[in-house]
Amino acid sequence: MSLALDSSQPAPQRALAGLARGQARVEFEVIASLARKGARVLDVGCGDGALLQLLQRAKGVTGRGLEISQAGVNACVAKGLSVIQGDADRALAHFPDGAFDLVILSDTIQQVRYPRRVLEELARIADRTIVSFPNFGHIGVRWRLFTRGRMPNTRCLPARWCDTENLHLCTVRDFAELVEEMGLRIETAVPISGGRPGAPFAKNLWRANWFAEEAVFLLAKP
Amino acid sequence: MIQAVSPTKWSASGGVRKIEFGADQPLLLSSGARIAPLTIAFETYGQLNADKSNAILVCHALTGDQYVASPNPITGRPAWWPRIVGPGLPIDTNRFFVICPNVLGGCMGTTGPSSSGPDGEPYGLAFPAFTVADMVRAQAMLLEALGVHSLFCVLGGSIGGMQALQWAAAYPKRVYACAAIATAARHSAQNIAFYEVGRQAIMADPDWRGGAYQAAGVRPLKGLAVARMAAHITYLSEGSLRRKFDRRLQDREAVSFGFDADFQVESYLRHQGQSFVDRFDANSYLYITRAVDYFDLGADFGGTLTQAFQGATTRFCVFSFSSDWHYPPTDNREIVRALIAAGCDASYVEVQTDKGHDAFLLEEHAFEQALTGFIDSAAASRGLPLP
Repeated sequence: MSLALDSSQPAPQRALAGLARGQARVEFEVIASLARKGARVLDVGCGDGALLQLLQRAKGVTGRGLEISQAGVNACVAKGLSVIQGDADRALAHFPDGAFDLVILSDTIQQVRYPRRVLEELARIADRTIVSFPNFGHIGVRWRLFTRGRMPNTRCLPARWCDTENLHLCTVRDFAELVEEMGLRIETAVPISGGRPGAPFAKNLWRANWFAEEAVFLLAKP
Repeated sequence: MIQAVSPTKWSASGGVRKIEFGADQPLLLSSGARIAPLTIAFETYGQLNADKSNAILVCHALTGDQYVASPNPITGRPAWWPRIVGPGLPIDTNRFFVICPNVLGGCMGTTGPSSSGPDGEPYGLAFPAFTVADMVRAQAMLLEALGVHSLFCVLGGSIGGMQALQWAAAYPKRVYACAAIATAARHSAQNIAFYEVGRQAIMADPDWRGGAYQAAGVRPLKGLAVARMAAHITYLSEGSLRRKFDRRLQDREAVSFGFDADFQVESYLRHQGQSFVDRFDANSYLYITRAVDYFDLGADFGGTLTQAFQGATTRFCVFSFSSDWHYPPTDNREIVRALIAAGCDASYVEVQTDKGHDAFLLEEHAFEQALTGFIDSAAASRGLPLP
C-alpha cells in the first residue's frame, strides 16, 4: 500500500468486527486506498471511529459515522468525530439522498437484518459504496466444513455459531451476484488474504472466491 | 440583528443578579410588540478568559431557573443540574465561563407577566405573547451587555434545547458548539394538547380571575398544581412509574373506597403539584407553554428545518433518551436529519434508559460521558484548556 500511515497510532479496535486487529488494519488501508481525496464519507458501523480517523488523516475526507453501540458512539464523540447513533437496518432512512460521495460498510453487512435493503439505502445516499466482508467461500472455510462437518472458525470468523453476531454470511460470488441483480456496477474488488491485499479481481471472481479470506468491493451506480 | 445596547442598570439583591434595559432599549418581539423596560435575571459561574472564547450559555427548561449550579436563594432549592455544571464536571466551571439567564416571561427575576408593567401595575394578561426566538433575543441582549460576543457552546435540555437550536440557527457565526438535549425542532400536537390541558386547568381555577389574580391578592394554586401534575406525567415513563410505584398503596393496607390518595403514584403527583405552586407563577406557565407551542424552527426559516442550519459551521450534538415520550427520539432524529441534510457537523447520541424525559436531569452515565467527550473535543479544537 502506498498510504503513509502513522505507526504510532494504536491498532484499530472495532466494536462490531469479528476480525483480528491486523486483518482489520489491512482492510482499512485497502478501503482508504479506494476513497477519493476530500470526499464526503459516511462510515456505517464505524465502531470507535478508527477507520474514519484514518480516512481523515490519509485522504482529508469529511467523515461521518453511524454506529449502534453506545460505547462506540461515546468513543467517537470524544475523539471529535461526528457520529449518529443508530443501526444500519433502520437509521439509514434518515440520511437524505446523495448526502455523501462515498458510504462504507466495513465488515458489517453480514450482521444486518436486511442486507439487500441496506445496500439499496447506501446506493441512495451516495454514488459510490465500499463493502467489505469475510468470504465464506474461502478455501479454509470450505475445508473445515468439508473435513469436520462443523461450522468453521477462522481468523475472519472467530466466534462459535451460537455466539456470532453474523446473520448473513456470503461468498464473494454470492455478493457479486446480488449487486449485479440490484443493477450496481463493481468498479473494483480487492481480495485480502494472509493479512495482505491481493491484486484487484473484479474480472476473476471465481479465483477470488477460493482464495480471498476477505473482500473489499467498490460499487458504483451504473 | 442584535440591537445595540448599553445597559442602564446592574443589580444584585438577595442573591439575585439582574440587568435592566431601559425604555430606550426595548426588546422587539416576533409578534411586533415590544417590552420595555426589560429586566433579565441571570447567574454566572467561572471566569471569562482574556480573549472571551470560553463562554457557555446554559438555557433552562420550562420550569427551571438561572441557578444551574448553585442553590436558588429564593426557594432554597438545590442547583438543578448538579451533575453537569460545576468544577470538574462536564461543563467545567474551572475552565469555562457559564452564563444561565432566567428565561423571558419567567418568574425568577426576569420580566414576565407577574412583573410590573409601564403603568406600575402587574402585567397579567397585558403581557405580550412571545416566542422561543424572543427568549433568545433577550439572552443575546444580556450577552452583549456582559461583553460576550460569541459562545463556545450553547446547550440546554427540553425547551432549553429549543433555545440552543434557535441560537445556532439565528446566530450561526456566534455559536461554536451546540448541544441540544431531549428536545424538538417543533412542538408536537401531543405536546400542545398536554400543555392545553394545563392551561385550561389554570384558567378554570376561580382564583385565576381572568389573569388579574395579583391585584385580587389570590393565586390559582389548584389549577397550577393540576397543570404541573399533568405535565409531570409526560416527564416520566411508564417503566419508571412502574419501577418507582407500581400499584403500591400509600400508607395503608387496603384501598379506601374513596378519593384519597390511595396509591403512591397519586401521592407523589399531588406532592409534585403542591411543591410546584410555591415556586412558580401561573401566568408565566401560560405564556411560556404558549411560546413553546409556537416553536417550529423550520417554519421560521423558510419552511424546512434544513434551511435553518444551512451553512452553519457550528458543531452539533443531539442527545435523546429512549423512554422519553415528551420529546421522543423521533423528534430528536428529525433535528439530526436536517443537520445532515444541511451538511452540518452533527452527532446524535440515543441513551438507553427507562427514566423518561427527565433523564437529562438525573444520573445517566452514558449521557454524561458523551457530553463530556463532545465538550472536550470541541474545546480542544477551539484551543481551550482540557481538564
